[in-house]
Amino acid sequence: MSRYLLRRLAIVIPSLLGISIVLFTVLALAPGDPFEELATNPNIPQEVRAGLREKFGLDDPIALRYLRWFMAMVHGDWGFSFVSRVDVDVLIRQRLSTTLFVVGSSQILALLVALPVGVFAATRPYSIFDQIANTLAFIGFSLPTFFTGILFILLFSIYLDWLPFVYRADISATGWHWYWAHIKQALMPVAVLGLFQGASWTRYVRSAALDVIRLDYVTTARAKGLAEGTVVVKHVVRNALIPVVTLVALQMPAVFGGAIVTEQIFRIPGIGSLLITSILANDTPVIMAVTFVFACLVILFNLLADILYGWLDPRIAYR
Amino acid sequence: MNEHQLRGLIAKVKTGKLSRRAFVHRMVALGLTAPLASQMLDFAGVAKAQSTFEYKPTKRGGGGTLKTLFWQGATLLNPHFAVGTKDQEGSRIFYEPLAGWDADGNLVPFLAAEIPSVENGGLARDGLSVTWRLKKDVKWHDGHPVTADDLLFNWEYASDPETAAVTVGSYKDVKVEKVDALTVRVRFERPTPFWADAFVGTRGMIIPKHLFEPFKGAKSREAPTNLKPVGTGAYKFVAFSPGDVVKGELNPDYHLPNRPYFDTIEMKGGGDSVSAARAVIQTGEYDYAWNVQVEDEILKRMEQGGKGRAEIVPGGNIEHIQLNSTDPWTEVDGERSSIKTKHPLLADPAVRQALGMLVDRASVEQHIYGRAGVATGNFLNNPERFRSKNTKWEFNIDKANQVLEAGGWKRGPDGIRSKDGKKLKLVYQTSTNAPRQKNQAIVKQACQKAGIDVELKSVTASVFFSSDVGNPDTYTKFYCDIQMYTTTMTEPDPVKFMDQFTSWEISSKDNKWQGRNITRWRSEEYDSAYRKAEGELDPVKRAALFIRMNELVCNDHAVIPVVYRPKQGAISSKLHASISGWDNDLWNVRDWYRDA
Amino acid sequence: MAGSTHALPTASVKAGTIGRTKHVSAGLEAWRRFRRHRLAVVSAVILTLMVLAVALGPLLWQVPINDIDFTARLKGPSWSHPFGTDDLGQDLLARMLYGGRISLAVGLAAMSVAIVVGTVVGAVAGISRGSVDAGLMWVTDLFLALPQLPLLLLIIYLFRDSLKVLVGPEFGVFILIVAVIGAFRWMPVARLVRAQFFSLREKEFVEAARALGATTPRLVVRHILPNSLGPVIVAGTIDVANAIIAESTLSFLGLGFPPDIPTWGRILFDAKDYLDFAPHWALFPGAAIFLTVLTINFIGDGLRDTLDPRKVM
Repeated sequence: MSRYLLRRLAIVIPSLLGISIVLFTVLALAPGDPFEELATNPNIPQEVRAGLREKFGLDDPIALRYLRWFMAMVHGDWGFSFVSRVDVDVLIRQRLSTTLFVVGSSQILALLVALPVGVFAATRPYSIFDQIANTLAFIGFSLPTFFTGILFILLFSIYLDWLPFVYRADISATGWHWYWAHIKQALMPVAVLGLFQGASWTRYVRSAALDVIRLDYVTTARAKGLAEGTVVVKHVVRNALIPVVTLVALQMPAVFGGAIVTEQIFRIPGIGSLLITSILANDTPVIMAVTFVFACLVILFNLLADILYGWLDPRIAYR
Repeated sequence: MNEHQLRGLIAKVKTGKLSRRAFVHRMVALGLTAPLASQMLDFAGVAKAQSTFEYKPTKRGGGGTLKTLFWQGATLLNPHFAVGTKDQEGSRIFYEPLAGWDADGNLVPFLAAEIPSVENGGLARDGLSVTWRLKKDVKWHDGHPVTADDLLFNWEYASDPETAAVTVGSYKDVKVEKVDALTVRVRFERPTPFWADAFVGTRGMIIPKHLFEPFKGAKSREAPTNLKPVGTGAYKFVAFSPGDVVKGELNPDYHLPNRPYFDTIEMKGGGDSVSAARAVIQTGEYDYAWNVQVEDEILKRMEQGGKGRAEIVPGGNIEHIQLNSTDPWTEVDGERSSIKTKHPLLADPAVRQALGMLVDRASVEQHIYGRAGVATGNFLNNPERFRSKNTKWEFNIDKANQVLEAGGWKRGPDGIRSKDGKKLKLVYQTSTNAPRQKNQAIVKQACQKAGIDVELKSVTASVFFSSDVGNPDTYTKFYCDIQMYTTTMTEPDPVKFMDQFTSWEISSKDNKWQGRNITRWRSEEYDSAYRKAEGELDPVKRAALFIRMNELVCNDHAVIPVVYRPKQGAISSKLHASISGWDNDLWNVRDWYRDA
Repeated sequence: MAGSTHALPTASVKAGTIGRTKHVSAGLEAWRRFRRHRLAVVSAVILTLMVLAVALGPLLWQVPINDIDFTARLKGPSWSHPFGTDDLGQDLLARMLYGGRISLAVGLAAMSVAIVVGTVVGAVAGISRGSVDAGLMWVTDLFLALPQLPLLLLIIYLFRDSLKVLVGPEFGVFILIVAVIGAFRWMPVARLVRAQFFSLREKEFVEAARALGATTPRLVVRHILPNSLGPVIVAGTIDVANAIIAESTLSFLGLGFPPDIPTWGRILFDAKDYLDFAPHWALFPGAAIFLTVLTINFIGDGLRDTLDPRKVM
């Protein structure tokens, strides 16, 4: 196991390097530049845009630009945003906590919904409960978040006037007021994201649980006289967790990457909205930084998942 | 309209037969700008109109928080780096120019003691210089006094190419010299009729020398004050996170009494226009939302609640369709749309004229843009009724058919016209943006009925408007038959706007497609009129020249103007603010107040 | 704990043997099982009808999709416009029939790509381990990390003109979008299948088969794969919904199909701001996506039960 781990860790660096080259090439080759708004303004001479392109090195060969980025990265310099001329790590740090809070809570909500509902539905396949849970799940993942978001806003903010729909990272209240304000404004985005995610996870959990629930060892456990609850929790859930762990690991980087659409709708100043404005503005250093961190997290969490498989099912041998 | 007619109109304003505002509107409709119109009146000695905006509060502060929503948040707070309006708006909370433009195109002093004029000696009669005097005892937010050295520094800072300032265009061709501690003189190379550019309006905000001096030139990006502005405005800086929020608080030492009214100000960015409008008009959570691009149908329903309304201010932005004068499908010397070619179909005046009649501007106005897009032919020949529908532009499919028929374009079996074996097929491109695609659909349908086959193409905005030379989809390359976008004309003077039809600005491979003349349309008469206008000091003669140029372009259908785009904000019914189409929305945020 | 780790999935062994002994009638048997799953059969019928509707519907309902009629804006369902009209007075039924072709094709194509590529990559990685596994997982991680939007911009920029020459503008963009959406959906499937393989390849029935001399391909195809299909089917069905939605999100961001092509996701997106006073506009595309997802899921459930011999029907 530890040898396996060492070997996996050893290839992390080259694989990250490879990914960074591919990422950089894609971003550098993609058309466009960050100075769109200067274009339609007749009072800004065209030379200004050409000058900016040159100053930011946008017209240099890609290999050179990559090398420059790589050398800076080795020294811990993430570069600066072409649009705001602010260091990229400052931009990311400013927004990280908000995204972690909102997307993180929504993933927890999704798990809290998916695990019990999925397992319970699997123990009674095709019962009324199962049918209702399934139908709700289908609705959940067939409605896009931009739609449910607007629906929630219309209902809870405009007609009922219960919740605010402009998310503010900088609430000035103190004490429990501060917590209350944060919870209130996070309710809708967390629900929109969490339920969308929870809906599909419910289907996976149900399917995975269904796969093991009819296996003999479960029957054996029941026959031994174990309480139904114990059987389900100890025998069914644990074995059903392998696909769930895979999926959660796949989803974890998104907790950093944020949720583009939902952040846009609720004006959440998170990484997702930073990423999308940067993409639409072709602000390469920011896109590169966010996607590269994202790539690191992808690799990290997939590695973690591989290790967790061994814990969930000790017979999985790592060679 | 010629010079003589213009003078007649001005005389009418003088005698009170025509209101100042009506005159300005009429000039705007002729393709001029409000500042130019008001310059004509000033020149003719018509007394300045009193601003209609009345500031009522009698003490400073006490108004709570002013909450504004910008669906694009400010990304930086140095006005010399402002990539877009959003950044200028964010900077405008803290920084002030010498003077700003009000809605009618009048200059309003901010840091200037008064507006320069020939009478007060500020304006040289030969048009070669303008002298600005600063207000006394104005302090930066950190207590330093504002002096002529600050102005001098701003000129040096912005005109240094190493700084990479986007305001360089306003400063690079002038010389600024210090006269005394509070006075500077701006010198021009040539007689310059339009002198109020440097230090004025959107690109004129002044930054403090003592904080930026170490960061001039190549080090400009490292200035800590790029993110923590220290200005002279009515609000002092509190906090900023790029793309998200800008916060300010009342400046207790502001140089005007009883201002500002609000204790704090907040500019929240992100999201979309529709929900921004909802937050102001429907729930009243916010006081003001910038640039709401919302279908009128939706806005009107929101307004029924009575908590707020849409604020429409005329400006000069124009959504227009450009017709390519050159052939985009033949490559000559490594470039398509080369000036050496002629467009195979659009070279025929009949086709251009027919296209002009196939743009259903009234429907575009009524059903897409609503109050935020006023149908226009850019030329009105009926001075009695401003915005009259009885003008030179019309939507008439039958007539377009007749024109094409008369021009020798015969319908084929598939309904598509052709002539000399050339099929009437056009590719019509624009940037991706819902109203534009609807506009395309409306034009396409009309063209179909006239036997013109139109293929629609939409390009992502950041690609369409980018300046990378290798990209075939940019609007400056114009590798298609017709294209549509908005040119902003919030600029106070049309001279830079009108250079987009001069022959020396033609976009081509030689100038890396940086020329401004995208349509590649040429006219000797236009060129010479433009040359004349550049140095003409009499604003009336100059206006007549611009009007003539505009006629030349429109009558030859080099472009088809579609709609004017006034500014449209959402404003709470309790808030009093005067928005100007010729300056930033927050240009006089110092005067904003709210009913208790 | 004992139960879970020592449990013998003897049922699986049985499954294998039953499968082999009844080899001849396996297909028939599967059909018999599937037929018994009533919801799945009904769903299959409905989905077929929907596909037929979008394929043949425009021939029957010949209202043009872009016929602008300002006198009939935002009208609810009526005889002349059974699904109502949008803000330009265009007929929603015609638009949905037309856009449905794209949405269904994008959804189904993305699902097939995801399932086929994902299963192959996952199975190969899961059975071969070592450097092949590491290499394939590197590719998977790379795809997970690639930002879709800039890539799509790049691909459209690189290939649009050449594809336009080959197959025409609309179809060219269609191919590109299906390719991109498909290319970005297979990674979860690959990882799920690989994880299942890790667990299954150590199970006794596989050991037994291996001891009996089964070759690796045979092991994979006949023993491991059938037992790891549960999550694949779920993933495939969810992918249909995700792909349809992803297409609309792309349009929302200004990529994807030009906004005047009325895919279901696009109609839903355009309708969202009119939700409070023209709900019919959102209702029909929303329902269409839901119905597609629902039917495909039930078919998936049916297939799963068909392929799962343990299920007693």
